[in-house]
Amino acid sequence: MRVGVVTFPGSLDDRDALRAVRLAGHTPVALWHEDHDLKDVDALVLPGGFSYGDYLRCGAIAARSPIMVDIVDAIGKGLPVLGICNGFQILMEAGVLPGGLIGNDHGQFICRDQELVVENTHTRWTAGFGDHQHITIPLKNGEGGYIADGETLKRVEGEGLVVFRYVGVNPNGSLHDIAGLRNEAGTVVGLMPHPEHAVEEGFGPDTNQAMRNGTDGLTFFTSLALEAVLR
Amino acid sequence: MATIIIEVMPKRELLDPAGKAVHRSLLRDGNNSFTDVRIGKRFELSVEGAVTDVHLDKARAIAEELLSNGVIEDVVDIRVEDKN
Repeated sequence: MRVGVVTFPGSLDDRDALRAVRLAGHTPVALWHEDHDLKDVDALVLPGGFSYGDYLRCGAIAARSPIMVDIVDAIGKGLPVLGICNGFQILMEAGVLPGGLIGNDHGQFICRDQELVVENTHTRWTAGFGDHQHITIPLKNGEGGYIADGETLKRVEGEGLVVFRYVGVNPNGSLHDIAGLRNEAGTVVGLMPHPEHAVEEGFGPDTNQAMRNGTDGLTFFTSLALEAVLR
Repeated sequence: MATIIIEVMPKRELLDPAGKAVHRSLLRDGNNSFTDVRIGKRFELSVEGAVTDVHLDKARAIAEELLSNGVIEDVVDIRVEDKN
């Protein structure tokens, strides 16, 4: 599959995302925020970073980039999109996923290997996981606190839109320990932790077997090939 | 020249970690008379000449669509300030 990664001014993890796409057996395609061209990709990633220096609100200015018009349109037609960290914030600012993300409740930037539970495998990005599988991937953010009003939270929970929850530690005060969400169709997934940093032994989180050999993030990208499991 | 002032605050019911940090700092310095601190944003939109209703309508739309995110913030004030 051709999998695009969009670079915005201030994106940091676009190169890692392109690399993850390649390690998962796909063809990485670099996309540029000012273009109105998705280069015929079959899926795309909105990467982590600090687009526009987090000015105004995290992801707010990037969500209004030229390419986002095309991406929101393509999402309506079923294009799989993964938003990681700043990409998750962009998807919320673009109105694709419900709720908002605010500063961590403890007021500090946090960087740690984070355990998550996979709450929903009926998505294009989580189909390769087992139900309620526990995974560990890096988390690094200052504004990752998920919030939503009562009605939205009820809908998100009721419709099974929660894809990941934090396990053990809630690192940022997110309501209901929510770490990631999907859209109704299961084509779009957004999360704060970083799967693209856990795709190759020697460069991932520590596991019980060896240091830095965690590759739980790779399943996000290999899941793309597993279309049949979608409801 | 005139300026339209737009003020945006985090929603009351939400935690404001930045405001909380400042409040803690006040308490540490012995300022016990303030019970809370909240931090918002002030935008200044300048126009040539006088502010018209067209300007104000546009400013209201921008305030809702771009300058604030209704999920986490409220637009608390939009007003005109003349500068001499």
